[in-house]
Amino acid sequence: MKYVATFLVLFTSYVLLAGFHVQELMLGALVSVILTIILAKLVNYTIDYRFPVKLLVFIFAYLPIFTWQLILSNIDVARRVLSPKIPLNPGFVKIKTDLKGDFAKLTLANSITLTPGTLSVDVKGEYLYVHTVDVKGKTPEENREFISAKFEKVLGGIFK
Amino acid sequence: MEIVSYIFMIIGGLFYLLGGLGVLRMPDTFDRIQAGTKATTLGAFALLIGIGIANPDWLLKSFLIIIFIALANPIGSSALAKAAYKSCELPKNLVQDDLKELFGGEDNGSN
Repeated sequence: MKYVATFLVLFTSYVLLAGFHVQELMLGALVSVILTIILAKLVNYTIDYRFPVKLLVFIFAYLPIFTWQLILSNIDVARRVLSPKIPLNPGFVKIKTDLKGDFAKLTLANSITLTPGTLSVDVKGEYLYVHTVDVKGKTPEENREFISAKFEKVLGGIFK
Repeated sequence: MEIVSYIFMIIGGLFYLLGGLGVLRMPDTFDRIQAGTKATTLGAFALLIGIGIANPDWLLKSFLIIIFIALANPIGSSALAKAAYKSCELPKNLVQDDLKELFGGEDNGSN
């Protein structure tokens, strides 16, 4: 299963970069097979029969939230940068996450980095350490409400 | 169609400009990293979508580049922030510092 997952990722990237021609598909498959044999033992993700469903949920439930938050955060940056006196109340806070698995945590940390006023610095066990421009809560639970709750709901449904 | 693509490219350029201004104007390292990361991520997205619309052959390629940027840009900024926390002097106006328990105290030699 690991081999299939690696092959699919490599082949998809190749075809997207090279285009849909018969020669390119054949060469891409050959290169992907060779690379799969070399690389598969370094890979620690896998796919199963629910993968297409998860991908659809990811694209239609998660990406709109993510894009909207990214635009909001850029407006926030613009507001801070262009105001004469920059409003800041910075601090490092710790929040707890229920997500298991490396890829889920990576997605959550990346989402936090790209949302308004927060930047994830480190992950340790089930805690994320986040730098925020405007500290709102005192405890990890309060901060979780402000920072990661909206993503955890969606991501929790995708990565179990 | 061409006009739409130019609008996207101009938006991307504007966000890059904002990111540069943010890096100049923000008072400490971490706020600079924040401004830089966000503005350049959305700026790159808008630019690449604009290029993809202007030249539909490249649309899939630009989406692939967008995926790579979306994965790599936040990771890079996290690594920068972690390194800055370990090596630089912290800003004076911190309200709260939970990261201290992870590394920063003298009792923690493993990091």
